[in-house]
Amino acid sequence: MISTGTRGSSQGASRYFQRYWSLYAMLLLPLVYFLVFKYIPMTYIQIAFKNYSIVKSPWEMPWAAHNGFEYFIKAFQNKDFMDALRNTILLNILDLVIGFPAPILLAIILNEISHRGLKRITQTVAYMPHFLSWIIIAGMALQLLAPSNGLINIVLQRLGMQPIPFLNEPVYWIATYVILGIWQSVGWNTIIYLAAITSINPELYESAAIDGANRLQRIWHVTLPGIRSTIVVLLILSLGRILGSDFDRPYALRNPLVKEVSDVLSIFIYNYGIRGLQFSLTTAVGLFQSVVSVSFLLFADYLAKKFGERGII
Amino acid sequence: MVSTRESKYLDVIFITVCIVIIIVCLLPMVTLLARSVSSPEYLIRNQVTLWPKGFTLDAYRYVLTDSKYTWSLLWTTMLTVAGTLLSLFMTTLAAFPLTYDKLKGRTIISSLILFTMYFNAGTIPMYLLLKDIGLLNKPLVLIVPYCLSVFNLILMRNYFYTIPASLRESAEMDGAGPVRILLSIYIPLSAPIIATLALFYAVGRWNGFSDALMFMNKREYFPIQLLLYNLINAVSSLETYSTEGFTQPGLSESLKAAAIMFATIPILFVYPWLQKYFIQGVTLGAIKE
Repeated sequence: MISTGTRGSSQGASRYFQRYWSLYAMLLLPLVYFLVFKYIPMTYIQIAFKNYSIVKSPWEMPWAAHNGFEYFIKAFQNKDFMDALRNTILLNILDLVIGFPAPILLAIILNEISHRGLKRITQTVAYMPHFLSWIIIAGMALQLLAPSNGLINIVLQRLGMQPIPFLNEPVYWIATYVILGIWQSVGWNTIIYLAAITSINPELYESAAIDGANRLQRIWHVTLPGIRSTIVVLLILSLGRILGSDFDRPYALRNPLVKEVSDVLSIFIYNYGIRGLQFSLTTAVGLFQSVVSVSFLLFADYLAKKFGERGII
Repeated sequence: MVSTRESKYLDVIFITVCIVIIIVCLLPMVTLLARSVSSPEYLIRNQVTLWPKGFTLDAYRYVLTDSKYTWSLLWTTMLTVAGTLLSLFMTTLAAFPLTYDKLKGRTIISSLILFTMYFNAGTIPMYLLLKDIGLLNKPLVLIVPYCLSVFNLILMRNYFYTIPASLRESAEMDGAGPVRILLSIYIPLSAPIIATLALFYAVGRWNGFSDALMFMNKREYFPIQLLLYNLINAVSSLETYSTEGFTQPGLSESLKAAAIMFATIPILFVYPWLQKYFIQGVTLGAIKE
C-alpha cells in the first residue's frame, strides 16, 4: 500500500512538472533579479556593524567596536546626522498633516462637479505634475520663485512690494517644499479616492436626501464614511514613510542657503557615503531608517486593525 | 433634487476651486514657454511675465545644436525604450506564474517578493553590490538594477486575475501549455495594463535622476535629468558654458527654459492619451492580495 502510494504521488509529481515546468522557467529570471538586486544587498547590511575594508568581502571584515554598534553611536554623535534626522521627520510630518488631506478634499470637490467637461479638464491638468521629474519642477520653481527674476517676485516688485525669498530662507523654503509637494501629487492621489467614491451605493445618497440632508451633510455622512477604509490604508502607508526620505525632491530644491533644513537622511547618506566613502556609517544610517520605517508600518497596521479596519498586511 | 440657494453657493465654490487648480497647474508651463521664446534683453530687465517679448526661437536653436544636450536626449530615449521593454518582459514573467493557484511554492515566492517592497537594504549596500559585480559606471547600471518594480508586478497580477479562469481552463483542455496560454490569451487581453505599466516605467526612466547621480560618473552616459540638473544649477553663463558647453552667454535664462521644455514635452504629449488606462491601473493597485 505504502509503495503504491509513493509511486502514485511521484507519478503525480512528474505529471505536475511536465505540465508546469515552464512556469518555473518563467520565474527564473525574476527570481535571479530579486536575489541579486534585493537579497544579496541585504547581506551587505552587516557592514553597518563592521569596519569597512575595500579588499575584503562583507563576511570577512572585522567587527566594529562597542559590540558592533560603533557606527550607530557615531551617527547619533554626528551633528549633520541629527540635523538630517530632524529635517526628515519635520518635512514628513508637514507632508502628512498638510499634504495628506488635500487629495481627499479635492476628490470630494471633483465628485460634486456636475459639469463633466470641467471635471475632465481639471483632472487631466491636475494629473500632469505627477509625470514631471523633480529636476524639472525645481527648474520651473526657479523661474517662478527666484528672488530677483522669478515671475511672482517680478509681479510683487511691480506692485511695490518686497520680494519674498521662497527658496533662499529656511522657513520659506520649508513652506515652498511642502506646497510644491502638494502641487506635484494632489491630482494623482485623487484617483484612488474618486474610485472609492464611485463604488458608494447611490441609494445611500437618495435616502439621505429624503431624510432632509443638505449637500454638505451628505458629503459628511455618506461620502466620507464611504471612503474611510481607503483613507485608513493610505494613512498607514504614509505613516510607514515618516522616516523614509525621497532623494530627488529635497536634492533638486535645495541650495547652500537652506541646507540646515533641506538636508534629509537620503542626502546625508549620499554626502557621507557615496561622496565621503564612509560606508559603515552610512549603511548603519540606512539600516536605522529601514528598521524604523518597517516598525512604523507594522504599528500603524496594528492600530488600524484594532480599530476594526482591514489594514494592509 | 431641489437645488437650494446653499447648494448654488457650493457650486460656485467648487467650480472656482477647479479653475484655480487648472491655473496653478498650467502657470509654470506658461511662464516657461514665454521665457523660452523671449529675447535676452527683455528677460534681463525682468520684463517678461506670461507673454513672450521679442519673440525668438534662438534658445531652441542653440539647445538643438548643442551636441551634448542632443546626444543626451537621444541616449535617454534609447534608455527609456530599452528599459521599458526589459521591465515589461520581467514584470510579465513574474506576474503570470503567480496567478496559478496550483503552482507549488507560490506562497513562498510571493512572500519573498513582497518582503522587498517593505524592507530594502538601502542605498549604500546597493552601491557596493554594483561595484562588486562590475556594473558601476557601465551603461547597463541605468537599466538593470531597478528594472522590476514590485508595485507594478502586483498591478499586473491583479489585472491577470480579472481574466476569467474558464478561458485558461478550456485552453488547458485543448492541451495548451502555460507559454501558449500567456502569449495567445493573457497578453492579447492585457493591453490596458501593458499600456499603463509601459507609461509608468517609461516616465520613471525618463525622469530618473538619483541612480545616475550615484552610480554613473561617465559624462557621455548622463541621462537628460542629470544634465538638466547641472544646467539649472549653473549660476553664471560662464559656468553654464564650462559645465554644459552652451556657447551663448547672455542667452542663459531662455536657454534654461528651452532645455527644460525639451525634457518636458515628450511626457506632456504621451500621458493624456493613456489617462483612461492609468486610472484603471492605479485602481487595480487598491485590490488587496
